[in-house]
Order: sequence, then C-alpha cells, then structure tokens
Amino acid sequence: MDKILRIHMSAKDAPQVTVETLGKYAGLGGRAMTSGVISSEVKPDCDPLGEGNKIVIAPGLLSGTAAATSGRLSIGCKSPLTGTIKESNSGGQAALTLARLGYAAIIIEGISSGSDLYRIVVTKDKVVVEDANEFKELTNYQLIDKVRNVYGKKVACISIGPAGERGLKASTIACTDPEMLPTRHAARGGVGAVLGSKGIKLIVLDGEGTSIRKPKYPYFFKKANKQFVEGLRRHPVTGYNLPKYGTNLLTNIVNEAGAYPTRNFQSGRFAGAEKICGEALAKLEESRGAKVTKGCHTGCVIQCSGNFNDKDGNFVTKQPEYETVWAHGGNCMIDDLDIIAKLDFMDDTLGLDTIEMGTAIGIAMEAGKLAFGDGEGALKLLDEVANDTPFGRILGNGAAATAEALGVTRVPVVKRQAMSAYDPRGMFGMGVTYATSTMGADHTAGSTYPSNLLMIGGFVDPLDTDDQIELSRLMQMASAAIDASGFCLMIAYAILDQTETYQAMIDLINSGCGMSNSSTEFLEIGKTILKEEKAFNDAAGFTRDDDRLPEFFYKEPLEPHGRVFEVSDLDLDQVHNW
Amino acid sequence: MNITVKLFGILQEKRFNKLQTKYTEKTTILQVMDEIGIPQHVIGVIFVNGRYAFPDRELKEDDVLAFFPLLGGG
Repeated sequence: MDKILRIHMSAKDAPQVTVETLGKYAGLGGRAMTSGVISSEVKPDCDPLGEGNKIVIAPGLLSGTAAATSGRLSIGCKSPLTGTIKESNSGGQAALTLARLGYAAIIIEGISSGSDLYRIVVTKDKVVVEDANEFKELTNYQLIDKVRNVYGKKVACISIGPAGERGLKASTIACTDPEMLPTRHAARGGVGAVLGSKGIKLIVLDGEGTSIRKPKYPYFFKKANKQFVEGLRRHPVTGYNLPKYGTNLLTNIVNEAGAYPTRNFQSGRFAGAEKICGEALAKLEESRGAKVTKGCHTGCVIQCSGNFNDKDGNFVTKQPEYETVWAHGGNCMIDDLDIIAKLDFMDDTLGLDTIEMGTAIGIAMEAGKLAFGDGEGALKLLDEVANDTPFGRILGNGAAATAEALGVTRVPVVKRQAMSAYDPRGMFGMGVTYATSTMGADHTAGSTYPSNLLMIGGFVDPLDTDDQIELSRLMQMASAAIDASGFCLMIAYAILDQTETYQAMIDLINSGCGMSNSSTEFLEIGKTILKEEKAFNDAAGFTRDDDRLPEFFYKEPLEPHGRVFEVSDLDLDQVHNW
Repeated sequence: MNITVKLFGILQEKRFNKLQTKYTEKTTILQVMDEIGIPQHVIGVIFVNGRYAFPDRELKEDDVLAFFPLLGGG
C-alpha cells in the first residue's frame, strides 16, 4: 500500500491517470487519509458538485492484512448534503482488495465534461478508465449482474445507482460483499452524487494475482491478532449477540429506554417494536431458510450480517441494519419486516441512504402526504424516486429538502443531515454527538450508547447532563481513530470492556504498520483528524451556531420520560475546545 | 402488587418474553431474578419503567421490570 492512484476527469480529450508515491500522506489510512487529502487539496468553499471537489477512496491502515475485521473503506469529499467535510464509511470487499492491489487511496478530481459515464478498472498490472455509457441509469443490482458476466465473480465493485447519477443528496456509493452483491454502502452525506458529478459509474477492483498484505513485524502481529480474535469471540456482544441477532438487537433496549424516535420524533416508544426487533428479525430469517450470520467482508470474525428472504424463500435483501429498521420502521410506524426489507432493497439498488430516506418519508407522513404506518405508501414514494418524478427528486435530496418542500417544521437534522435511531431527549450523549460532529448528525461519528445505555465501557446516565460532553468527545476521538485503522466500529464493545483486547488492537496497528502508539497516542490520531475536519468546516463558513440541535428538541418534551434536550450551548462549545 | 416482567435477547430462550404477575409488597429485583432463575452474570442492564435499576431495588405497584443481556448493535 505504497502508492496513490489519481484520476483527473477534466483532462483534455480523456481522463488522465497517474500513479504517485504517498509523499506527505505516508502513514495515513482510512479516514485519516480521506480527511487529510480533502483538507489539503480541496477549497472549503467549493461547490460540492463542481470541479473543485475531489473524492478520495481509502482502505484502512490494516485493510488487506490478516488483522481480523479490518475491511472498512473510507470515502471522503465535501458533502453536497451538509456542505461540511465528509467521510462516509463502508464494509464490503473493496477495502481489502484495493489495499492488496497496493493503493492507499484513489483520488478522483475534476469534473465530467458532458454526460459521458466512465468505469475505472484496476488490476495488478494496470489501470484503465473506459466508457460506461451502456450502464447509464442501471440500478446497483442490475449493474453488478452485468459486471459479473464481464469481470467474473471474484472482483470487488464500487458503484453508484441512478440516485448518484442524478446528483441526489441522499445518494450512496455501494460496495459489493463476499457474495458479490451491492449491499454495503458509504451511505451518508450524498457521496454518490459527488462520484456521479465526476462521471464515474463503476470502479472494478480485480485482486487476481495479489496476496494478503504482509505486516511489518509478522511475529508480533500474529500474536496480537490471536489475542484480538480471542477477545472478540469471548465478549458476549461481538462473540454471540451480534452474530446471532445482528445490529437490530438494539431496537428493544432503545425502545424500553424511551429513546426510540417514533412518528417522526414525536414519541420515544413504538408500540410495534416487538414485531420488528432483532429477535423477531432473526427468527423470521431462520424460518425462511436464510443465512442469519455472515460477514460483510472476508476476514470479519464478528459476522453481524445475514440475508432476508421472502416467504417463498427467495432472497430480498441483506439483513437490514438497526438504523434502517428504525428509519423505515419505527420512525414511520411501519411494523412489517417484509415491507422494511423491500424498502432496504430499493434504497440499496437505487443507491440511497436508508436513514435519510426513512426520515424523509416520515416527514412526508407528518405533512399528510400519506398516513403514518402506510407501508405500501412508503414503497410508492421510493417508486417516485426510481421513476424520477418531481417529488421523487425532492425526497431523494433528503429529509431537510423534503421538509422545506412540504412546510414541515419538525425536522430532525443537524447541518442538514438526518439523525438516526436515538432521540437526543432520551439519550443526551447522542445529542451532543449529533450537534458537534464534523459530519452533521451522525451516530457513527461518536456513539455514546454503549455507556449511555448498554453499560459497556462505564456508565453515564442518559438523562443527566453530567459527563455527556466528555463521553461524546472521547467517542468521537475513538471513532475517528478506528475509522483510520480499517477496523469496524463494532469492535468497540469488546475493546471498551476488555483492556487486553484494546491493547491487542493497538499492538496489531503497531506491529502491522511499524508504529509505536501507546493507548493514549492512539486516541490522539482521532483528535488530529477531528481538528483537521473542524478547520475545514470553519473555513467553509460553519460556526458554533451550527453546532446546535433543531429548536423542537429544546421545547417539546419526549414521552415516556417527559424530558427535553438539556445540555447547554456553552457545554456543546467545549467539545471542540481542545 | 402487579408487576410486568420483560425479558430480551438470549434471556427469552426457554423462559418467556413478557409476563404479568403478582408479587408481595417490598419484593426486590433480586428476588424476582432468583424466582425466574436468571443468574446475575448473564444480565447486562436492568430497567424499571425505562430507567436504570440495580438488584436491591424494591418494586412498586405497576412497575415494568425489564432484563437485557449484555448487548450491542447499531
């Protein structure tokens, strides 16, 4: 992983391909690489869909090595949804394949001239940028079907659906999983539209002839990996509950805690939760002969994913994640897993963010366009996006755009990005993260629920203002550092609870990459990333007034606990006061 | 007094999901755990009416008691 692939789309005649040494980006991986390149090469005030923006695709530091669960890919750019810097993260086969091909990043810059579409094909020996006009308007699943015929079943693909081609602000970039299905997504912030603006429909990564990346110090690496794997397997969450039930196991506990946003954030409990919870989902999948435990990338030892089949046993989509089940389910008061699975499939194939779309549909329900709980109506709304109707365009631009078009004022967004499945009035720590994250409202940027809710890594009462700032800041630093390493954030449960597993993770990074981070220095990596991202946002015109929640969170008490969001503005401003 | 007991995740296996039952005054959470046979080490979180509670707490009329294993997701 000692080179960077740079593709300039505005070059005269044809896209220009150069392969560079790492230079000043040496030693950076994942989010450290993507945010580093964007901070250094993109003007913060540029038009996100214009010539000045770039898109950076980077595997984590350890992706492609034997380190367990290290196959996360970071995609960075200036976001067309939020106007902030963006790192959107995905599982799938792309990170490990790109890393084994030797690339620490692909940087795509310039802008597509005209309406031509291109594909980038990366093999061990060469990089080709070719015409892809035959793929125009294909959905992700249609596209990958064609790719399979041309390039075989072993390649990893990065692609956009029609949503990305149309420049929609809720569009994703899809990555294929080990079964070569486009089920894993860099979903947040409209990154698909940025790739679309460069005219790139598809990136094919062919790892044929490459081998697993060698660690710098194999003996220490092997030993650390053994301890790390043992720690992940021993912890009840990463070793048993996540594989068995998937991420949707959170539904019941968040609902019981009264922090489950229901009816477009009007209540903290959903009466239909037991019909869509992780326990019910796993049982239904099992009864229909679907695989309930599988990894999203080769080398994952947690395996929190699965497949969802219809009642006749045919594949519908991958096991929907907790936030998807919430966004399309509880938030819209839809308690039917078959409908939720269909919505998940439509989002994946069109290339849309499930959180943004579920929130946009919830807003349409509040506006009276359809009733809360109307599953068939929700499917019809996604059909509107598929069919490119004017209202479909509005929905596809996300929750904030939909609310503006429909005159709805209860809009659960920060910096125009939709919140996810944790109401800040029921869990103050998540409110701090939503308000202050450099990404806009993003639960993955600093999840406080392990400590606020699950009693993992300590306990901070979710309805007490004390310690929420410190908790959110710590989790924002840790998340950024993990996003740089290539590890999946799901390892957090084991490393927060077991110090020896945390140490094994640090040892893996040190022995794999020839570094010498202490456990505190590891967090410093995260801090450096956050400071860089914050500086970009400041230069793009964001101020502390943008680090606030929408007004209704301070005024409308949430049942069952009857609380509003109580963390003060002054305290929120301390998160970035290093 | 009337108490609702809810179990989640692996705790449901070979037990129940939800039970409405009667207990004498001053029954503690620990006594309920002993009665339904849930060892402390398999419990991650205990809620009474959606708020944290610890085993020594005495229950009150109409309390909703929920037991979760150590779990994660998201």
